[in-house]
Amino acid sequence: MFRYWNPHIERMPLTDLEKLQEDRLRSVVRFVSAHSAFYRQRFAEAGVAPEDITKLSDVAKLPFTTKLDLRNTYPTGMFCLPGDWVVRYHVSSGTTGKPTVVGYTQGDIDMWTDSLARALTSIGLGRGDVIQVGYGYGLFTGGLGLHYGAEKIGATVLPMGTGNTERQIELMQDLGSTAIACTPSYFLYINEVAQQMGISIRDDTKLKVGVFGAEPWSEETRKRIEDATGIKAYDIFGTSEMSGPLFTECHLQNGIHIWADYFLVEVLDPKTGEQVGEGERGELVVTTLDKWAFPLIRYRIGDLTILNTAPCECGRTHPRIMRILGRTDDMLIIRGINVFPSQVESVLLRIPEIGEQYQIMVDRKGPLDVMTVKVEVTEQAFSDKISDLMSLSNRVAKELQKVLNVSAEVELVEQGTIPRSVGKAQRVIDKRKV
Amino acid sequence: MVAIKQISIFVENKPGRMARVAKTLSDAGVNIRALTIAEAGDFGVIRMVVDDTEKGYQVLREKGLTVSETDVLAVELKDVPGGLYEIAKTLGDHAINMDYAYAFVTAKAERAMLILRVDDIKRATEVLQATGVRIATREEIQRL
Repeated sequence: MFRYWNPHIERMPLTDLEKLQEDRLRSVVRFVSAHSAFYRQRFAEAGVAPEDITKLSDVAKLPFTTKLDLRNTYPTGMFCLPGDWVVRYHVSSGTTGKPTVVGYTQGDIDMWTDSLARALTSIGLGRGDVIQVGYGYGLFTGGLGLHYGAEKIGATVLPMGTGNTERQIELMQDLGSTAIACTPSYFLYINEVAQQMGISIRDDTKLKVGVFGAEPWSEETRKRIEDATGIKAYDIFGTSEMSGPLFTECHLQNGIHIWADYFLVEVLDPKTGEQVGEGERGELVVTTLDKWAFPLIRYRIGDLTILNTAPCECGRTHPRIMRILGRTDDMLIIRGINVFPSQVESVLLRIPEIGEQYQIMVDRKGPLDVMTVKVEVTEQAFSDKISDLMSLSNRVAKELQKVLNVSAEVELVEQGTIPRSVGKAQRVIDKRKV
Repeated sequence: MVAIKQISIFVENKPGRMARVAKTLSDAGVNIRALTIAEAGDFGVIRMVVDDTEKGYQVLREKGLTVSETDVLAVELKDVPGGLYEIAKTLGDHAINMDYAYAFVTAKAERAMLILRVDDIKRATEVLQATGVRIATREEIQRL
């Protein structure tokens, strides 16, 4: 099980790895300063020159960049190489604002592919595996990213894309897919459809691994997926600004390995911008170390996580981030209290009588915020007794209140009525903003 | 055992939900003998006795509805004042609790029937039959 794609790099002693990061950080800072008016201006405003960056800890002197900068410089104002270097564009969907464009040199694509080759190898995939890519192909980075990574390690790729769920299941059986990459909510839906077709993922397919990401998901969802289908579910992380999906957990499922030769990560207090203590939750901030058409300097991704710098038992020395706990921008403020959809999910999935799908509706009644959580009643839990249903809904409300410290109304709905998504699930409908 | 199967369906309290249930049964040629809706705010439970329970249960499930089957008694009521009292008193005297009940009249058989959900179906059957109350069987309900 202890397989490495690039053992020399993946198990590099920490001091060597830091030296490598330091060299690369110096290079990238000089590079962006030489090639980009945007960064020159930012550095000037922050009163920092490339020569000031000598040690790794000097990264704290550099100014932050944000999604807003990307939007303000739309489409390619933050690129650091001219267009003839760029071999590909990806464009984010822009569901939370203007779309953002990222560009790649051939080297950038190779770095991305190599990052995923290491990751997929670390979960035991390789030659002989059939990897069904159920992420969207096209402008979204998920499909093509996984596709290249899977080919690189010699696996067979089944480039399904999203949707067409019955076909996904048929081909999974006919071509013997051993792994699938898609959003966790879509995989739950695939399992639901398979059951309706009379097919058991556990007994009637060769699927053994799921690579799930592109939306925050909880440890409880992992357990539910693994118990229901017998596969191992791994978390994958990466954002379009960083390239796309890049990193996964190793087979030990204990944090996502961030390749330190490619990315320098910091976890900071979102309010003060100061580094949080070891084991504390904060906002992920990344600096790219080997990405050139569109490098990032201290880019605030907005994902909340915990950094673990201790080398992993798998032998890899690179830092790990724990499961993404939510995003700074999908945090809901309900009656002054911070609520993350991932918290709601972890409560719901501990209650077996309700389904995996849920939706959070937020509205304002008079001066008061009202949060309603819609959950589906499973057939096993439905007994004909109204009192059982009432106590189920009370129990869900009580558990939510305990964890969130804010009360929520619970609405029991019929199975299959919460919209299933083939990509990122829409878990929150906030009517207050309309 | 004279208990018959009732179909219960979980439905949201929204326009069109009942229509969906009724159409599913109608398309399958399943005839509803008796029906009641219990509502509890956002949701409700439709309870019904149909002529072909297996088929009704199956087609509703295939439509993705949340369905369960429950044992109930179909008790024949005398069509005279005090008919219901007699049954309720017998059960009460024997400390058997009625969870819910709903009645229907059949034109063809010229009888009134009470669908009864009790906490102890076996004892309820015994004490009712001992007082001469007729309890309809599955076949009778089907033939009505």
